[in-house]
Amino acid sequence: MSTTQPTTAVGKAALFTENRVGASRLVKEFGRKIFPHHWSFMLGEVALYSFVILVLTGTFLTFWFKPAMGHTIYEGPFVPLQGVEMSEAYASTLAISFEIRGGLFIRQMHHWAALLFMAALSIHAMRIFFTGAFRRPREVNWLVGIVLIVLGMGAGFTGYSLPDDLLSGNGLRIIDGILKAIPLVGTYISFFVFGGEFPGVDIVSRLYSLHIMVVPALLIAVIAVHLIFVVYHKHTQWPGAGHTEKNVVGEPVLPTFAAKAGGFFFMIFGLLALLSGFFTTNPVWNYGPYDPSPVSAGTQPDWYIGWMDGFLRIIPGWTEFYIFGYPISFNIFSSVLVAGLLFGGLAIWPFVEAWLTKDYREHHILDRPRNNPTRTAVGAAGVVWYLNMWAAASGDLMAVFFHMSLNDMIYIFRVLFFLGPVIAYIVTKRVCLALQRKDREIILHGRESGQIIRLPHGEFQERHKPLNEDRLWSLASFESPQYIPAEPGPDGKISKIEKRRAKLARFFYEDRVAPVTKSELEAAHHDHGEVEQSRKDELTGSQQ
Amino acid sequence: MTSKQHTAEHGTQLEQVNGFTNPGLPEHTPRLTDISPAAERTTERQIAGWFILSMIGTIWFIVSYFLFAPDETMASIQLQNMMFGLGATLALFGIGVGLVLWGKTLVSGTEVAEDRHPIEGNEEDQAVALEILNQAKDESGIARRPLLRNTLIAAVAIAPLPAILVFRDLGPLPGDKMFTTLWGPGVRLCQDPGGVPREDRFIRAEDVTIGSAVHVIPEGMHESEHPLDEKAKAAVLLMRIDPKELNTDPAKEDWGVDGIVAYSKICTHVGCPVALYEHQTHHLLCPCHQSTFDVTNHCEVIFGPAKRPLPQLPIAVDSEGYLVAQRDFPEPVGPTFWEINTRETSEQ
Ligand code: HEM
Ligand code: FES
Repeated sequence: MSTTQPTTAVGKAALFTENRVGASRLVKEFGRKIFPHHWSFMLGEVALYSFVILVLTGTFLTFWFKPAMGHTIYEGPFVPLQGVEMSEAYASTLAISFEIRGGLFIRQMHHWAALLFMAALSIHAMRIFFTGAFRRPREVNWLVGIVLIVLGMGAGFTGYSLPDDLLSGNGLRIIDGILKAIPLVGTYISFFVFGGEFPGVDIVSRLYSLHIMVVPALLIAVIAVHLIFVVYHKHTQWPGAGHTEKNVVGEPVLPTFAAKAGGFFFMIFGLLALLSGFFTTNPVWNYGPYDPSPVSAGTQPDWYIGWMDGFLRIIPGWTEFYIFGYPISFNIFSSVLVAGLLFGGLAIWPFVEAWLTKDYREHHILDRPRNNPTRTAVGAAGVVWYLNMWAAASGDLMAVFFHMSLNDMIYIFRVLFFLGPVIAYIVTKRVCLALQRKDREIILHGRESGQIIRLPHGEFQERHKPLNEDRLWSLASFESPQYIPAEPGPDGKISKIEKRRAKLARFFYEDRVAPVTKSELEAAHHDHGEVEQSRKDELTGSQQ
Repeated sequence: MTSKQHTAEHGTQLEQVNGFTNPGLPEHTPRLTDISPAAERTTERQIAGWFILSMIGTIWFIVSYFLFAPDETMASIQLQNMMFGLGATLALFGIGVGLVLWGKTLVSGTEVAEDRHPIEGNEEDQAVALEILNQAKDESGIARRPLLRNTLIAAVAIAPLPAILVFRDLGPLPGDKMFTTLWGPGVRLCQDPGGVPREDRFIRAEDVTIGSAVHVIPEGMHESEHPLDEKAKAAVLLMRIDPKELNTDPAKEDWGVDGIVAYSKICTHVGCPVALYEHQTHHLLCPCHQSTFDVTNHCEVIFGPAKRPLPQLPIAVDSEGYLVAQRDFPEPVGPTFWEINTRETSEQ
């Protein structure tokens, strides 16, 4: 369709493609798509790149890994395990590590990439939360993101259970215990999952098909949906000069973003290579093959599963009770409820926040976390709640480290389970409000310049430099959600739900620092007249 | 319709917030590389340097494949792994840093604004979509033919039922498996050999000294069909404690032998092996979630998430002087499960 016939090889190839796939429309559509540049927008990229690396390295591992639990006697090069009875899965993991050249490296890279993948996903989700990027129109993509985290946890768990080593075998044992605790059907579910009694001979091959096919396929599909949404909604952006709700400012894909993102991919890849070369993760050869009897102290799952394990450590045994002899093992299956609480809470938050604040508008400009103290405080409460459980999973190690009794350690975790989030909420909210007040100061009176001046009547004052226009706009151009009292519905009456909403909203949103308005700023400048005047006397031709 | 606005228009779509006006996109401040050809050339050389470093890394990887060929010792394997790591890090980081530098310094750094489009379709789109859906409804008659619609829904709804049947064979039903272990009257206690299979080693009462703890499995376990499944239920910890320190339940007076007591090693929380024995306190600690059991009080839970005590295995000494089980565990071992109280474990 081009008007001139290409002469170069590249030109000919381009024309060939164009005539068959119509690539020009893609380039036109996406070639100049805008990516805001701010570090917090790269977290999602880290997750994406780690996933790509997981697929590459994982595929390599499948060429040698044997997902079977038939027993063999180890005769490989690793001396401490020679003559030991183990499953083929474990033996093949040892073979990948010690006999396939580069196998250890790729195994390490696969595991490190999994750890990084989950870390990037989690921090990415936090940035979405704390900046309010989940608001309309992105609520659905927020839900998609939560699904990604759950799938990621699933991928990780099914993956690290594959080698059938002592550590991961104990992880499966715990899963078995949790399944059995499900009222009514638990025993049956456990028998179906394990193909009979624990550990049986089926679980590794079953996890294998989940790990290398079902979960990755779902992940790829859901990641695709996630990215399609990102393209369709376009990116959010931080408040800044020239940034509006109707545009998106940043760098175009071609060439700037492509160069940087492509480079960034290689840097992540390089980082993982560095970790894999120099820091060992999951040295399964040290753990030995799975055996239901021995266990080492300090057993811990991968970090992203740790919080659920920590919760299992916190909850006291008396929460198991019996009704007509049938057990309700709340001490066990509540770990699943806690996960439901976390992910359920994350899932409904956008809708709860919109309902409380009656703000159903579209938002493309992000909130600076301090400018929405309530949300930030709720988020901090959630983070503290999570971290406390996560820390509890290392309670035994911490007790040793701090020379404390393990039991006292657990008591602290139990108290913090309830108290931690409340404290975090209150403290964070106060900190946000204080930061907002500081912003007000800066906007109204300018930045501290570090220069002290003496006024004609002898008083000393620090000279404040007014902010430049761009900075002023970044700081001052935000809305502060204000508590909306109960309003009558269309029938003229205030419904019960509306009353409840107003009550909650009042609790959460009453305290606020009003943003500076232009007229306030002008009034403040007026008051400063004296200082300004003295400055003019002193200096000539200084900055306005 | 999207991304047509390739050039920044300063001050487009200004709106007021709190009375302030958006100052519009700031002027692009030129970078050193934009204004100084010398700086540009230096940067170009720097970037090429990174790419060359990358090539060196790749070559180093290849070289280490041969140079550091492992000789089956752990140290040599780890050395090669490290060298691979070094090579790959340089190879990948070199490309990465070079590209990022290129993007940051030589590619145009102007920020560009692109208009957003409304998320929802315009009224016309919506009208057309509605029309298509209505037309589909009319043409298919799905609304007019409730019989077809309802029978279709019912058919689709029950179609997955056979899947439940074919998944049935994922596992056998529990049967009495949760209530039986390899222990039974006269079954000898053997030392757990760990991973290396060997002949059963029986235990004499006098072998168990005060303060010691022995990891025990039932005799003949390795000849059973699924030794690990059996071990997961039958693993036992044998301890000898000064009988004066034991608060023995009168009904269980003869379950031990001179202060030697045997308890299931499978945690009643979620099944980890309770492997840590504190000699001073006679507490058993589960490493998984720190449930603590008091051996002097029939392994009552004194701390942690477990609820039930560890089941005790009644033991005796047989005619040849070896420790044997009197019977199977009097109650099910391991994690709590729904049917736990529905039947007795076998006396036999
Ligand atoms: C197409 C994608 C994937 C394939 C083909 C794949 C394949 C494999 C294979 C064959 C193993 C067993 C070998 C071994 O343990 O050394 C494994 C282990 C593992 N996988 Fe994956 N995987 C994929 C994606 C993922 C994802 C998305 C995650 C995590 C979030 C993940 C996390 C893990 C972990 C943690 C291990 C244990 C590694 C170790 O032994 O230290 N994998 N994977
Ligand atoms: S398995 Fe023993 S405390 Fe959880």
